Parts: sequence; structure tokens; C-alpha cells
Amino acid sequence: MSDIAARVKKIVVEHLGVEEEKVTPEASFIDDLGADSLDIVELVMAFEEEFGVEIPDDAAEKINTVGDANKYIEEHVS
Amino acid sequence: MRRVVVTGLGLVTPLGADVETVWKNLIAGESGIGTITRFDTEGQKCLIAGEVKPADHEWGFDPNKRVDSKIQRQVDPFIVYGIDAAGQALEDAGLTELDEETKLRAGCSIGSGIGGLPGIELESVNLHKRGPGRVSPHFVHGRLINLISGQVSIAYGLMGPNHAVVTACSTGAHSIGDAARMIRDDDADIMLAGGAESTINPLGVAGFAQARALNCSMNDRPTEASRPYDKDRDGFVMGEGAGVVVLEEYEHAKARGAKIYAEVVGYGLSGDAYHVTAPHPEGKGAENAMRMAIRKSGLDASDIDYVNAHGTSTMADTIELAAVKRVLGDDLGGASMSSTKSAIGHLLGGAGAVESIFCILAMRDQIVPPTLNLHNPDEGTEDVDLVPLTAKKREVNAVLNNSFGFGGTNASLVMKRVED
Repeated sequence: MSDIAARVKKIVVEHLGVEEEKVTPEASFIDDLGADSLDIVELVMAFEEEFGVEIPDDAAEKINTVGDANKYIEEHVS
Repeated sequence: MRRVVVTGLGLVTPLGADVETVWKNLIAGESGIGTITRFDTEGQKCLIAGEVKPADHEWGFDPNKRVDSKIQRQVDPFIVYGIDAAGQALEDAGLTELDEETKLRAGCSIGSGIGGLPGIELESVNLHKRGPGRVSPHFVHGRLINLISGQVSIAYGLMGPNHAVVTACSTGAHSIGDAARMIRDDDADIMLAGGAESTINPLGVAGFAQARALNCSMNDRPTEASRPYDKDRDGFVMGEGAGVVVLEEYEHAKARGAKIYAEVVGYGLSGDAYHVTAPHPEGKGAENAMRMAIRKSGLDASDIDYVNAHGTSTMADTIELAAVKRVLGDDLGGASMSSTKSAIGHLLGGAGAVESIFCILAMRDQIVPPTLNLHNPDEGTEDVDLVPLTAKKREVNAVLNNSFGFGGTNASLVMKRVED
């Protein structure tokens, strides 16, 4: 697992209070990890904070799975 | 008429995080007041408070027992305390698992005086330092006063009335009184009722200190600072926590064989129409609330055995005592009266509910809790039993609980034992 993926996983575990094993790249925040729309806003803010990237609202709307988050961050982190 | 009884109790206070621990400590004369540890008090005038103790303390509060970790992160502490106290009360009443029909007839009336001030303070700093885009999406619903009732209803599936009183330091008493009326009026068969507060944060402490309401002269001896009816009293000491009761319609409680602690028989409400922080000098509002509660109860003033006073350890104590004397008699008709704020501080919006629970336990155990630090009783207290320093065993069949709040809002509750 990349460094980014590991850090994303840690944030997801902390914010959603889910078990680490459940945080797979395929896992959907809403369908598999029990997040609601506000949890996703908060997660996106936490990713922005952790990685020093800005994730605009239209991009955030497309982040549905843990893998989506990893991919976006990998592509945008400087 | 539908009767309303109490069938469950829950407490989070500076003296413990479950009913029996709090009560044992209160009767033993322990103090929950100490130096503030929650934040750096540099520059504050008041350095002391009654904090709910951390989980590793002998009387500590473990939020993980009943509150989801995700919710803990999103909401202010007053909501966490409220959810836990409500859970305790439901467990005590044996009502954690309800069928769908019962859920429709079960509601919440759990309020707060101030609400999520610590979170408002932190998030405001965050906004100004880092911008609107860094404000938590959970900011609003994690601070709103009615979100104890909201969270509890979601956690336990309670679909009856969902209500939250905001009447400063009368909140807890009004919450119970209003909820009792909802049961009496057939809106519900079960109501969780109470109040919670947690404003031991820099803004909360500074605000009350600036209003000249807090004791700022005994920072070096915190356990002695809350001293209702004592000549040396000099302002209240802030406490925090929550008290929640399960109120239930009498026949409903009997039919399921519930343990019945007490019956809520009288509720009185009034306004001072005088000043935002000072009580009416003649205590007319307090007197009106007490008289209404006793009249509604069908009891005589002489039936009251114990009064849990509002008694904040301010000059207002004198006014309350004079009003109680006018209602119960110069010797209080033989009743004992104490202020448990001497031990736990003033829980503001939680006070009326926590103190109602103390009244109920006084009836259960036939013992009244003490007024700590009452070494030099004020003039006018000579013929009155203020239960100084140590708890007192005595007959307690009916109780009166007073709560008065900023804005000149008054609430009194009368409860009595239920014969089997």
C-alpha cells in the first residue's frame, strides 16, 4: 500500500469509526462504511488538511470510494 | 386524570457518572469542585469549577459506554452527557428495547441552558483564523440545544414528542414539568426528561465571571467556595453534567411491573418581570412558582418534608429563603432544606433535573443531602433546618424542588412517594 493510501485509511478509520479491514479501495463511503453526506464533507476536509491539496466541490462529489480518494490525492498532491 | 411517575434515573455529575456513585458521594459530604483542568486559565478571574471527572478517576465518566465515538467527535460535551444520562435512565427503567407501538408513545424533553458554547468558541476561532471552508459540517447540529433529544430519539427509536426547553438555570425543572404535562395530556406514555450543561470553557467562565455571578475569591480553596446560606458566600461555582429521568404514565408503569420511584404531582411556573440577572428582591416570582406547584399537587404546604433549594451561593439565597418561609412557614413547617450546589456546583440547565433526582433519592432512602460549607449561617436562617455539613436521616414523603434562571424564569416541582 502506498503512503497516501495508508494515510487515507487512517483518516477514514478515525472519522467514521469503522474497522480497518473494511477500508478497502473498493469500499463505498456511503454504502459500505456507513457515512452520510456530512461525513463525506468532513472526510474531504480532513484529506485537504492532511495532504495540503484543495478538493473542489465538483471533484468531491465524484469521490465515492476509498479508491477514488486515493486516486484523486495521488494525482493532485505536489 | 392520567398520573405521572418516575421509573428511571440517570446522572453525570462532578461527583460521579452513575446514580449510585453520585448519591453515595453526595450523602458522604464529598465535594466535586476543584481547580479547572479543562483549559489554561491564565488571565481568568475564576479558576475553579465542578468538572465531570475523566474516565481514569474513581468517579470518572467514560463517554464510550453509551455514546458512539463518531458522535462524540461531532457534538459538544453537553450532548454527550445528555445521551449518556438518558441511556442510564432507560436502562434503569428497563425500557431500552421497545416495540414499535410503544416507540410512537415515547418521547424526549431534554434541554440545556446555554448549549454548545465550547464548540461555538473553538469553531469561531477556526473561522477567523482559517476561513469559512474549514468550519466543521457538524458545527450547527453538534451545538444545538435540542440535539440531546434528537440524538436520544435516534439512538432508541423514540417517535413521540421531541422537545427541548431553554430557560437558563430553570431548564431541567421546566423540562420535567413540561414532559409530565405531555404524559398527562395523553401526548405520550413515556418521556425522557431532563437537562444538561457543559460550559467550563474560557468563554463560558469569563462570561459568568464578568457578569459578577461566579465566586472568584476562593480560588485557593475550591471545595469551600460553594457555600449557600453561609455569610461568607461570594458567588456560584460552575458545574457541568446532566440529569435525565424516565417519566411514565402510572397505569403503563404498573402494567409492566416497573419500579416506581415517585410521582410528579405539582408543577409551578412564573416570571419575575424584574431584571435579567437579579431576582425580584421580594422573591415574588419564586413564591408564585412554589405556591402554584403545591396547589396543583393537592398537598398541603405542611406535607413538604424536603426542599432542594435553588441556593446558588449568591445573595439571591436570602431572597429564596424568605420566599420559602412565606410558603411553608417560618420554620418551613418542619421541612429540611438544603442546597446540593454546595457539593457539585451549579449545573445551570442541568441543575433542576439533577436536583430533582436528588429529591427522589432522598425519598427512596429517607435521608436528605447536606449543605456543605455552611459554617456561619446567614441571618434569618435561625429557625430553619438547612442540613449543614452532614446528611440527615429523616422521614421524606414529599419534596419541593426550586429552580430559577436568568431572565427571571422560575420553576418548582412537587413530587411524592407512591404507596404500593
